[in-house]
Amino acid sequence: MYEKDGERYFIVDSHIHAWDGRPSNQANRYGEGFINCFYDYHRNLSPESELWSLKEFWQQSEERIMHDLFEVGYVDKAIFQPTYLTDFFVNGFNTTEQDGALAEKHPDRFIVNGSWDPRDGEAGLDRLEELAARWSLKGIKLYTAEWKGESKGWKLSDPWSYRYLEKCQELGIRNIHVHKGPTIYPLNRDAFDVADVDDVASAFPDLRFIVEHVGLPRLEDFCWIATQEPNVYGGLAVAMPFIHSRPRYFAQIIGELLYWLDENRITFASDYAIWTPKWLVESFVDFQIPEDMQGELGTLTPDVKRKILGLNAARLYDIEVPPGLDVPNEPADSGEAVGSAPKVPA
Amino acid sequence: MNVLAALGTVRDPELDEPITELGFVSEWSVDGGHVTVRLRLPTYFCAPNFAYLMVADAHDAVLALPWVTSADVRLEDHFAAEAINAGVAGETGFVGAFPEQAVEELTELRMTFKRKAYLASLDRLARKLDRAGKPLPDTLGELTDCAERTGLLRRRADLGLPCDDDAPLLLDEYGKPIPIAQSALKLRFARAVRVSVDGNAAFCRGLLSTRYPRSAQPADTYAGDRG
Repeated sequence: MYEKDGERYFIVDSHIHAWDGRPSNQANRYGEGFINCFYDYHRNLSPESELWSLKEFWQQSEERIMHDLFEVGYVDKAIFQPTYLTDFFVNGFNTTEQDGALAEKHPDRFIVNGSWDPRDGEAGLDRLEELAARWSLKGIKLYTAEWKGESKGWKLSDPWSYRYLEKCQELGIRNIHVHKGPTIYPLNRDAFDVADVDDVASAFPDLRFIVEHVGLPRLEDFCWIATQEPNVYGGLAVAMPFIHSRPRYFAQIIGELLYWLDENRITFASDYAIWTPKWLVESFVDFQIPEDMQGELGTLTPDVKRKILGLNAARLYDIEVPPGLDVPNEPADSGEAVGSAPKVPA
Repeated sequence: MNVLAALGTVRDPELDEPITELGFVSEWSVDGGHVTVRLRLPTYFCAPNFAYLMVADAHDAVLALPWVTSADVRLEDHFAAEAINAGVAGETGFVGAFPEQAVEELTELRMTFKRKAYLASLDRLARKLDRAGKPLPDTLGELTDCAERTGLLRRRADLGLPCDDDAPLLLDEYGKPIPIAQSALKLRFARAVRVSVDGNAAFCRGLLSTRYPRSAQPADTYAGDRG
């Protein structure tokens, strides 16, 4: 919970990791390249006071994670999003089991999400069932650019992906977090294209597709799809830290999201340990659209901030919100027609 | 034309800016008719298809100089550098560089991003007129000369759209006239494209300067006021 100027905010950090990027776990130059790439993100977008050494960045202890998120980070509930990367890291980068070990010690603090890979075929479907039973899964994190031997990625619209989404539906796993990356088959297409989200969002109206990084670097395509598909959400991981280094660009991103979607379909995330929630929460509560941009983009009210910082994710994951911290869950009415389609397509 | 000017004609297809201005050319040298160029990118995992296009385009641009007899253009510090460099040097095309992962060349990918570049330039022009309190004219001929007009025309030419004075201003990215009833939404989408492209370019510049600290960090000039 975070409190400022008499306003109180329930905080759900909806995208965090407990990873092992140490050299001992790096399987090859790709593993090394991956953690270094994350570290450059961290160095580029963090305030100077929040910079870590590469060694600190490789892996975080349980104490550090609890401290960063809950002791000083204002987070009430945090959602683990696994990223296996078993072709890059010997024991995987951030598996459901690694996350789960921590969650079992602090069950009131964490939600554990699982993952699947359509290239695992029938055997993977059985594993998903086991994983769902073991961790009571309510959500899944998918990384479409994950390498698997000769294969360098997959699409949500692949036939086997449909089988897995059907299984999710059957198991009551409704939150599907989608993370796009730079490599995918066929390589001559734009790997960041979010068109496959459109296909599966239409095909599975009971599932919720939370597009991580709000589709960046294809914000426009994400917005266009989310406008037409009411079960498509935007996760703010990676977009959040722009609030410090490029506040005007951050205002533009938020402005686009509020225009094409609405305030009920945007969720806060730190992407821990790339960034830490403390400064992001503080900055976001202090944030306002710059005055000269307000005519075009409007302003952010405390209620909008409350929804983005926690209440929207709480609804997706049935997290109980303490009395007095909730706001009425009315569908946001943006007034004028938004985008190309009505909110609920006929 | 010298080597740097030739490289300046090569644009990052995704960011729609010259690779020389983005800081992607880390070094170049001339030895008689032989030119050596080294390219670098903001991250180890930058999309390999765009990377390939820039290396191949740089190679072609340098070789097109009349006095150049051979060129050694290589990408460095990238997970797919070896495959890309070998493909470009051997002129095997993108499919030859990535036989397992690519099924065709990059023509359509390039077109997709030329269309985005055009929409972004349309928004830059529309914003300029809006700030000046002027309505959007019907034809190109009614536009007064300015950087936004020049940028728009160049991107229309890239797509093969008409650029003469009588041509309608409001054409979509496929060259079809935008009906009046849809123009507000289309222009709003063009703005989203511009926000996205400009934002990505700024982020890539920032990451490049973090990875290679000698390049300068860009300022937060994000107001849609570019150009």
